[in-house]
This record gives sequence, structure tokens and C-alpha cells, in this order.
Amino acid sequence: MIEIENVHKSFGQLEVLKGINLTVKKGEVLTIIGGSGSGKSTLLTCINGLEAIDSGRIVVNGTDVHAKGTNLNKLRRSLGIVFQQFNAFPHLTVLENVMLAPRKVLRLSKAEAEAMAVKHLTHVGLADKLNVYPSRMSGGQQQRMAIARALAMSPDYMLFDEVTSALDPQLVGEVLDTLRMLASEGMTMICVTHEMKFAREVSDRVAFFHKGILTEIAPPEELFDTPKDPNLQQFLAATH
Amino acid sequence: MFNYTFHWNQAFKALPQMLDGAVVTLQIALLSMAIGLACAIALTLFRLSGNRILGGFATAWVEVARNTPALFQIYMAHFGLGNFGIHLSPYVALLAGIAFNNAGYLAENFRGALKAIPDTQTRSARSLGMTSMQAFGYIVLPQMLRIAFLPATNQMIWAILMTSLGVTVGMNTDLAGVTQALNAVSFRTFEFFALAAVIYYVIAKIVTLAARLFAARMFRY
Repeated sequence: MIEIENVHKSFGQLEVLKGINLTVKKGEVLTIIGGSGSGKSTLLTCINGLEAIDSGRIVVNGTDVHAKGTNLNKLRRSLGIVFQQFNAFPHLTVLENVMLAPRKVLRLSKAEAEAMAVKHLTHVGLADKLNVYPSRMSGGQQQRMAIARALAMSPDYMLFDEVTSALDPQLVGEVLDTLRMLASEGMTMICVTHEMKFAREVSDRVAFFHKGILTEIAPPEELFDTPKDPNLQQFLAATH
Repeated sequence: MFNYTFHWNQAFKALPQMLDGAVVTLQIALLSMAIGLACAIALTLFRLSGNRILGGFATAWVEVARNTPALFQIYMAHFGLGNFGIHLSPYVALLAGIAFNNAGYLAENFRGALKAIPDTQTRSARSLGMTSMQAFGYIVLPQMLRIAFLPATNQMIWAILMTSLGVTVGMNTDLAGVTQALNAVSFRTFEFFALAAVIYYVIAKIVTLAARLFAARMFRY
């Protein structure tokens, strides 16, 4: 379970998170929508401790992420994250990209790590690209590799930070299909996205962020069909 | 006005001795590069550490190495340390001086190379549970070395040529030292030094070519 309690976060003068409360249960798919600068991506990087928070608490599997003495390296094994920029490691082949962390962080043997990597790369449809360097692949393929790389750590949760925003339109579909597949397999996911159709399809709940505040959270039909917050109504009218 | 008679035979007879000297020259250059590279990586880590003392130390090193003559640096290793009772042989002093110089320039190359690597690379690595040292060692360092590789070859050439400054601290086994000694007994200055220059040139060219071949094999992405 991920429990977010009254989290505040500022960058200098700018307060990007103004008291967020949110709980994500195991097996749940939560999508977060909202305009740019609404704080949704920041929240994801606070959940895995890449960004510090100013006040409040984020608890993952019973561990307070931002408490002193928390072993973040260990905690991050249970939190896979995929970013908007694919962040492939350019000097490693696709297989090496996915094998590296299982080998060095989980201390798997080479054979075990390779088996793990091949399994997840096959799962995302990249079985024929194992020995290719990322620069030889399309954005969609690189992003699917990044997903396999995160999955190879066997995380309990997957965080997706606008993973289709940097893709050419014709490549968005293949990445969303991968996310749909994960959702249908029961993976616990938090997806920050601008793909409303996707959010409606896969989510158990959808949250709307506006200027650092979570103003509305509901199952997708309810949130999209009968939005209550005027800002959400305006946002949906603009994106449809 | 021009009544100098060339005596190339003397120079060519001394060629085996000079080639032995060239081996010493290449040895010092390679060792100074290896030491300089290790020091430069350490200096880079010091600068990245955020620790003011380590960072200040690294900056001071780079500033002195890049903004004072290499001759001064070699002098300091030999005569300067000698004043404090640390007596380095000409070989070690020359090696230390050049390694010091190499480390300063390489650290500066690395600083530029680091700017070309997006910090999202480190964020991704840390997100996968890697420690900051693992992220540096497995993700940042290989990319940094690749970007800095060709500028580093320049430094290697420079290191080969800097070994000739060893004659000023009494070095007599490297190419410049051997040539100087031969010149002192024969006064065939032009012949010996012209031949030495050709040998330096050939070594430098071979190193450049080897570096290009190495890069083509190693950096396939």
C-alpha cells in the first residue's frame, strides 16, 4: 500500500504540492490527470524519494520514505518508475540495460539476470532487439525497454510519468498497449497521463490535480461523466 | 656563411641507443597517463561530492596544473620536494610532474564531458535502486570516458612530448636525455635532435592511430 498524507513540496517560492492525501492499494490502477505544473509528476518523484518533501508523510509498504535512516536504495526496488524521456543507457545494449540493476542491485547471477531480462523484454515485445543499442530503436521501443528495465526488478508498484508524452503519435499506441497488459495482469500502477481515453479504460480510480491540490478523485466513469470540480469540468472540456 | 658539414652517420650509429630511449619515453608517458587518469577520476568525484574541502582541493589541483608551465611542475617534483627532504629520482620526478599535469587537464575534460550527460541518466539509475557510486560507475563514468576519449588522446601526445623536459632534472635515459648526452660528446646537435624529432613524431602518430582504432572497436553505440 502507498499512503500519502498531507504532503507539501515547494521549489523555491513555488509551492507545487499543497497538502496531498492519497492512498493506493495493492492491485489498484490509479491515473492522475491535470494541467502542466499541477504537481502530478512531482508527486511521483516524491514517492520514490528522488525528491525530498517539505512536510507530510509518504509510506510505502509500511516504510516512511522520507524518514531519516530509510534505506532508499532498498525501498526503490519495490517502486519501478518510467519517465517521459526514455532514459535508455546509451552505452549498453537493450539486454545489458535491463540486466544491469538485477545484477548489481539484486546481486543475481549473470544467468539469472539474463533470464529475467529476456523474460521481461519478450513480454514487452522486444525479444528480437536484445543485442541492439538503444539509439537504433524507435522512441516507442526505447520506452518499452525502459518499462522492461523497471519490471526486471520485480517491483510491487509501477509509477509511470507521462510515458507517452515524448513519443510520435503513431508510437503512442504500442506503449499504451504495454501498460494495458500490465494493468490486466494485476500490477499496482500510478500513471500520470494526458491520454484520457486510456485513463478511462484502465483505471480503477482517476485523480485530478489542479495547482498542487488533488481536487477530485473517483472511478473513471464518474469523474469523466459527472465531474464536480469546475476546474476539472474546464480541463475536460479543453482536452476533449 | 653556410659551411656546416652534416655527419648523419654518427646519428644513425646511435639509433639503437635512441630507440632504447624512446621506449623509456613511451613508458613514462603511458604510466603518467594511467596515474593521471586515476587521479582525474578521483578529482572529478571530489568535485561532485559537494564536500568543500575535497572540491577545493580538486579545483586547486586543476588550476595549478593548467595555469603553470609543465617545466615548473616537474621542477617542483624534483627540486621543490627535495627542499623538504623528499628526494625523487629524475625518473620519478618526471613521471610525477607529468602525471600531475595530465590529471589537471583530464579532470577538466571530464568536467566538460559530464555536462553532456543528462542528469536524468543518474536519476534513472538511482530509481533502479543503484547507490550513487553504482550510478556513477556503471552509467556516468563509461559515457564520460567515451566523450572525453579523443581530447584525452591529445593529452597522451602532450605527455609524450613533455617527457623531453626531463633533461632539465637530469633525466638521461629517455629519448631527449639520450639525445642530449650524445650531443654533449659529439656536438652533432642538428643531426641528433633532427633524428630525435622524427622519432617523437613517429611515436605520436602511432599513438594517434592506435587510439582511433581502439575507439572504433570500443565505442560501437
